Amino acid sequence: MAVDTMTHTSMAAEAAGMPRAKRESHFGLMWRRFKRHRLALVSLWIVIAFYLVALLAEFLAPTDPSAYSARYTYAPPQGIQFFSTNEDGSWRFFPHVNGYASEVDPKAMRRTFVLDPEVEIPVQFFIPSEPYMLAGVIPMSVKFMGVTEARAPFYILGADRLGRDLLSRLIHGTRISLSIGLAGVTLSLFFGIVVGGFAGYYGGLFDSAVMRIIEFIRSMPTIPLWLGLAAAMPKDWSALQTYFAITIILSLIGWTELARVVRGRFLSLRTEDFVTAAQLDGASDWRIITRHMVPSFMSHIIAAATLAIPGMILAETALSFLGLGLQAPIVSWGTLLQDAQNIRTLASAPWLLTPGLCVIVVILAMNFFGDGLRDAADPHGR
Amino acid sequence: MLGFFGKRLIAMVLTMWAVSFVAFAIIQLPPGDYLTTYMATLAANGDRVDPATIEALRRQYGFGEPYIIQYWKWISGIVLRGDFGQSFEWKAPVTTLIWGRLGNSILLEGLAVIVMWLVAVPIGIYAAVRKYSLGDYLATIGGFLGLAIPNFFFALILMYLSFVWFGETIGGLFSPGMETARWSPARIWDFLSHAWAPILVLATAGTAELIRILRANLLDELKKPYVTTARAKGLSEFRTILKYPVRVALNPLISTIGWLLPALVSSSVLVSVVLNLPTAGPLLLRSLTSQDMFLAGAIIMLLGMLTVIGTLISDLLLAWIDPRIRYGSK
Repeated sequence: MAVDTMTHTSMAAEAAGMPRAKRESHFGLMWRRFKRHRLALVSLWIVIAFYLVALLAEFLAPTDPSAYSARYTYAPPQGIQFFSTNEDGSWRFFPHVNGYASEVDPKAMRRTFVLDPEVEIPVQFFIPSEPYMLAGVIPMSVKFMGVTEARAPFYILGADRLGRDLLSRLIHGTRISLSIGLAGVTLSLFFGIVVGGFAGYYGGLFDSAVMRIIEFIRSMPTIPLWLGLAAAMPKDWSALQTYFAITIILSLIGWTELARVVRGRFLSLRTEDFVTAAQLDGASDWRIITRHMVPSFMSHIIAAATLAIPGMILAETALSFLGLGLQAPIVSWGTLLQDAQNIRTLASAPWLLTPGLCVIVVILAMNFFGDGLRDAADPHGR
Repeated sequence: MLGFFGKRLIAMVLTMWAVSFVAFAIIQLPPGDYLTTYMATLAANGDRVDPATIEALRRQYGFGEPYIIQYWKWISGIVLRGDFGQSFEWKAPVTTLIWGRLGNSILLEGLAVIVMWLVAVPIGIYAAVRKYSLGDYLATIGGFLGLAIPNFFFALILMYLSFVWFGETIGGLFSPGMETARWSPARIWDFLSHAWAPILVLATAGTAELIRILRANLLDELKKPYVTTARAKGLSEFRTILKYPVRVALNPLISTIGWLLPALVSSSVLVSVVLNLPTAGPLLLRSLTSQDMFLAGAIIMLLGMLTVIGTLISDLLLAWIDPRIRYGSK
């Protein structure tokens, strides 16, 4: 009703030749406040970039994450060079990686690799490949980059114990780690809104009971609890089942924080005039909650949810690192770091720590992004 | 104070009861009961199982009976006789396995808390008093990094760097041969030369958070008129800041122990696994992977209790320091 009359008047005003007043939506205002936050803006782009990588994993990864090669176990990172020197000393644009010169250490009986600057393997972009399904739905037969020479090594970030390409595994791991954070938070958000909403809107005994439970869960050390729950997963579950089980386990504890935020918002809004007005108008509880209250704190909830994602990612990484989270055929940052667990491996292949750097960058970016979002969502902010 | 103490004590007992229930639920989670698992592992190893032993065990733990009775048998054994049950993997009572390791856990976590405070308080005061100075920015950046680096990853990096730079592997808490020695100056030195790494790792994240809170609190306090009054009366700057605003700003910091401890216990499990420390963490992990559930349940419960008791201590400390809380509760 209210909206109708408003459009009518504005249409009438327009018809009368008056300029239409420009209105900015809530999210438009938020975006404007958010943009002033430089660090948050940069972080937003970093987060988007990571999620793009997750989305386009098959396209970006040069090889299959489980393709192995016994010839190149623990091959060091090749890096990628974009220029090459000609015989006369001038430069030309020629993306390439260097080949390996391997020698067997007679004492340790181990193959060590040295980059051979003489061997230049050309790297090509948008090369045709075996047909595959991008994200499981779009049929494609082009990869972002790769080498066309048969049997030429291509390990930009190095290889692992089985000679698998770390870069490809990292890209596929990004998909799992980031999606599990998102899925866990979505589930937590659902629990949080239902439980926190009920507690905050109706108050009373249910509210105090819920608050005690939340306090209790939050006073427990999470890792031992998560470990205990994860260990109960049957070993013969499929990859997909484990994935969902881990998501549920993470959100069993994750919902508490979000429920607290939702409850707090409900409590503070319950006595607002517009809610009383809606009640006096005879609106049902359901309508008051969904039409009047939820939209007014949605932005807060989104900010709180964003800030909860890093915790989920960290938790998954920790669980998988300990071997009780996602299991071997699934590649995540945690399972990748599991390969770097002992000092002997670390000393000979420090590049296996790269997934940890990804974790740090994503966690930092998400925290800054979430902070910026929270500030922007605050209507009383500057 | 006594009424306050009593109330907190009752709350603590109730929380502990809840913790025990959660721990028991985790013991019950894996499909099948341990006896079946136990018998399966014994059979797999080719051992013969005496039916009488099995029957005795079955009666003792109440397998096959309703959960509530099993829970009662389990918890009454713990409360009345200090019997946490049997570890099937180690073939020993759980109590003989955990106390030493739990002691190491408490020692490490306690030291980490002390280090955290010793580092965070001076830096926090400095960052607030010299707001927007170079040191303040450094503290902020360091704080963000400390929060973002997963502690087990930090432990891995530390391990790698010390290997590359000093050619030493860090890990463990004692040198071989020192593990069972009695406490002596030599053993303390040996302990410290091993323990610095886990303590550093454990303290990092908490320190960052403490600095942030203390700085914010102190900035609020420094603006208040009583600080100006103290300064106007001619107190030295050192006294002006340390004697009044810092004391007030420290109060909320003590209550942070409540959430600091669970996080600390969690991360010590991870860090202990990475650095191979003889604490409760690796034992928990091992017992969980081998489904040695009485051991796992006992460790989860005791770690939970540890946090509950720690929180109680911090509450009492806060009440002792801050009269507003002591009298507000009446």
